[in-house]
Amino acid sequence: MPTPCVHDATRPGALGQRLIAALLLIAVLIPAAAADPADFEPGVELIRENSFKSLEQGVGLVAASGDPRARALLTALQATELHLRKSDGALVIARPGAAGLDLIDPLTGDSMGTADKGDLKRIGLNNRLRGQVRAAIAGLNLAHPDAAVRLSGVNAMLDKLDPDGVALLRARLDAEGDDSVREVMTAAIALADLASPDASRRLEALERLDGSTHPAVRGGVQRLIAGEPDPEVLATANRVLRDIDFKRDLYGLAETLFFGLSLGSVLVLAAIGLAITFGVMGVINMAHGELMMLGAYTTYILQQLMPEQIGLALLLAIPAAFLVAGAVGVLIERGVIRFLYGRPLETLLATFGVSLILQQLVRTLISPQNVPVANPDWMSGSWQVNSLLSLTMNRMYIIAFCLIVFAALFLVLRRTNLGLQVRAVSQNRAMARAMGVRSARVDALTFGLGSGIAGVAGVALSQITNVGPNLGQTYIIDSFMVVVFGGVGNLWGTLVAGMSLGVINKILEPWAGAVLAKILVLVFIILFIQKRPRGLFPQKGRAAEG
Amino acid sequence: MPPVTRLGTFHLDRGGQIFLALLALTTLLVPVLNLAVPADSSLHVSTFTVTLLGKYLTYALLAVAVDLVWGYLGILSLGHAAFFALGGYAMGMYLMRQIGDRGVYGNPELPDFMVFLNWSELPWFWHGFDMFWFAALMVVLAPGLLAFVFGWLAFRSRVTGVYLSIITQALTYALMLAFFRNEMGFGGNNGLTDFKDLLGFDLQSDATRIGLFVASALALAGGYLACRAIVTSKLGRVAVAIRDAESRTRFIGYRVEHVKLWIFTFSAVLAGIAGALYVPQVGIINPGEFSPLNSIEILIWVAIGGRATLYGAVLGAILVNYGKTYLTGVMPDAWLFVLGGLFVLVTLLLPQGLAGLFRRKETTA
Repeated sequence: MPTPCVHDATRPGALGQRLIAALLLIAVLIPAAAADPADFEPGVELIRENSFKSLEQGVGLVAASGDPRARALLTALQATELHLRKSDGALVIARPGAAGLDLIDPLTGDSMGTADKGDLKRIGLNNRLRGQVRAAIAGLNLAHPDAAVRLSGVNAMLDKLDPDGVALLRARLDAEGDDSVREVMTAAIALADLASPDASRRLEALERLDGSTHPAVRGGVQRLIAGEPDPEVLATANRVLRDIDFKRDLYGLAETLFFGLSLGSVLVLAAIGLAITFGVMGVINMAHGELMMLGAYTTYILQQLMPEQIGLALLLAIPAAFLVAGAVGVLIERGVIRFLYGRPLETLLATFGVSLILQQLVRTLISPQNVPVANPDWMSGSWQVNSLLSLTMNRMYIIAFCLIVFAALFLVLRRTNLGLQVRAVSQNRAMARAMGVRSARVDALTFGLGSGIAGVAGVALSQITNVGPNLGQTYIIDSFMVVVFGGVGNLWGTLVAGMSLGVINKILEPWAGAVLAKILVLVFIILFIQKRPRGLFPQKGRAAEG
Repeated sequence: MPPVTRLGTFHLDRGGQIFLALLALTTLLVPVLNLAVPADSSLHVSTFTVTLLGKYLTYALLAVAVDLVWGYLGILSLGHAAFFALGGYAMGMYLMRQIGDRGVYGNPELPDFMVFLNWSELPWFWHGFDMFWFAALMVVLAPGLLAFVFGWLAFRSRVTGVYLSIITQALTYALMLAFFRNEMGFGGNNGLTDFKDLLGFDLQSDATRIGLFVASALALAGGYLACRAIVTSKLGRVAVAIRDAESRTRFIGYRVEHVKLWIFTFSAVLAGIAGALYVPQVGIINPGEFSPLNSIEILIWVAIGGRATLYGAVLGAILVNYGKTYLTGVMPDAWLFVLGGLFVLVTLLLPQGLAGLFRRKETTA
């Protein structure tokens, strides 16, 4: 289409935009000197006039004023939350609330009551204004005293770089004090340099981008490769892309490993009590899952008792759940299991009956539905290692908790008198009795210990899964798998087995899907047992023949 | 302990005789009372009751199959529901194909759920199921082959006791998860249902129901006699020896794993047949049948009736299921308490089951 070549400056408004960008730049460069707080009020007034022309000037003035309220105002404008109230023409921020729209005064931050959609007129933007507002917010972000705001500001710019933004970044780079912000800024500038017509500058930019993990960088390098004429630059770009992909794979692997370990920790927690009752005593406790359920419900009840102190309730639940589940365990041992020693299959059936009774008891006494268990604040959030890898706190806590429980149990079995007696009875009951160990008491205490650990595991489970009467059933088969895979009578075996099953599961999950991964793991264990009928770490000697 | 029998000669013990007599009587009476006696008579047996009884009979056959491996071979299988469900699915697939174009979507080639999933053609493993002989073959082959392969792997590497129990549980659990997936092509969560007819007979008609009831009774009698033949044969004596002293039997020179494998596979086939008869009577098969809980429930039937008697398993299956039907109707919350209590009390107080009481009376008399 033959159109006359119009110089930019002759287009109405373009000059103004340039001017404002320049103004902005200056404002950002030397905020203290150029910022004039007196500009803020007139700027707001111009925005209130709500014409594209007045908005353009108003946004410029507000951005340049250096007023601390500017950022919130412009953010609201960008999110199309800024409105004029029809009744009095007041400037308001409207957000969806419980009753219609909640109004907030953009200048004071005070609530201004509520309104209907019809009472307000939205302040709309066109594309050019949107770009201006974005640039203004970016500038304000970069000048913000909080490094976290600056970082997220730069990150936001990185996804959508424009020449003005890059100029802004170049200007701010030297003044930036925070290393991580500088890193992203450097990456953003280098990314912009990739578009430079000068091959040596492109090459230099590539070198600086090497090893950067930001997702936008990979996209930029890929775009460069698609249209790069210079062979040397192309080779470097390919190398940089390979480096980036290698890092991505590495961090992806680390993430899978982390997920796997956290799943493994859950499995270990669920299985370790079973390892004691099954491994040390040779008792199949099918009610083990229900003891975990009791632990989870103990957490729920404690949280109900002190709703103000969710975190404290959770901590208190650990000993409480140990005592509750342990006491129930001792009852089961004294009431049922002690009559069935030496008949493992009968024990399996009887304890299964106990599990049904416990399940139904919870259904009748509390509720057949799932109950809500809250997560305390310190459990949520995540640790951002870099842009590719972030580790969620609750998973980290689970891993740590699992290791602590394991270590504590290990110490009890190795270092205490009870542990000594437990090991003696499990190795040779008759001889232990001959040496004066009261084996019946040891049996009850061992079973109580294993059950108590199940209760503690239940506390952990309450934080990551639904708490309901079926909680135990979902974990019992997995726990048996872990114990059988690891080898009966060996705590280390349980730890290794649980962690490896967790990791295997998470490695399989991306290409098989969660359910198929689980099926594959089950099939794997079934086949593994054929090869090593006594698990990874079998008991040696006479005890193994029992 | 098993009843003392003469080696190598087939004969029925007292309990077995009574059981078969009762079964024959029921099989003759129920059709007459249902079809010939008018509906308003107090002697009339409703079709609902006939179907319920037929269902109990298939459970009884399943229980006999479990008693064969648990009571006589010492294998506590926590996965027999898997074989039952596989037989049921084979039959369900035949019944699905019989629906033809009478489904909701009216597709003559594909069952409704496949149309719903936008599948364009029948998966390869569905081919052949439109023929009854093929489906019947699969009822036997699917559970049989699974049991054979699983047993061959497990018994050869001498996985015994609780380890074996736990991996049988893993087996049925894995199958349950697998059948829940839509991609498997077995109807996913909903399973197979909405059946119309079997061999051309309308499944809703009284006559067909009676036919299925009689077929279940005959299968139970046949299964019972076959198991009885096995346990009174030399093979059965070796099985009991394996149950009581596996290593010793092996040292004497018997191929323990062969005995275990054949009896286990036979038991799985019986369970499959029971499942195949169960499905047309209840009208649905879904992955819930694979659930580990179902497998364990079978054990309590056998334990209550009395292990290693075969007829005890039948008695237990019918009594417990009648109790379940009754209680879940009257006070549903109590059922799990009762079931759980039964598990505990029977193992503690009645290790021989009801048949044990009966036998004790017999010997003292």
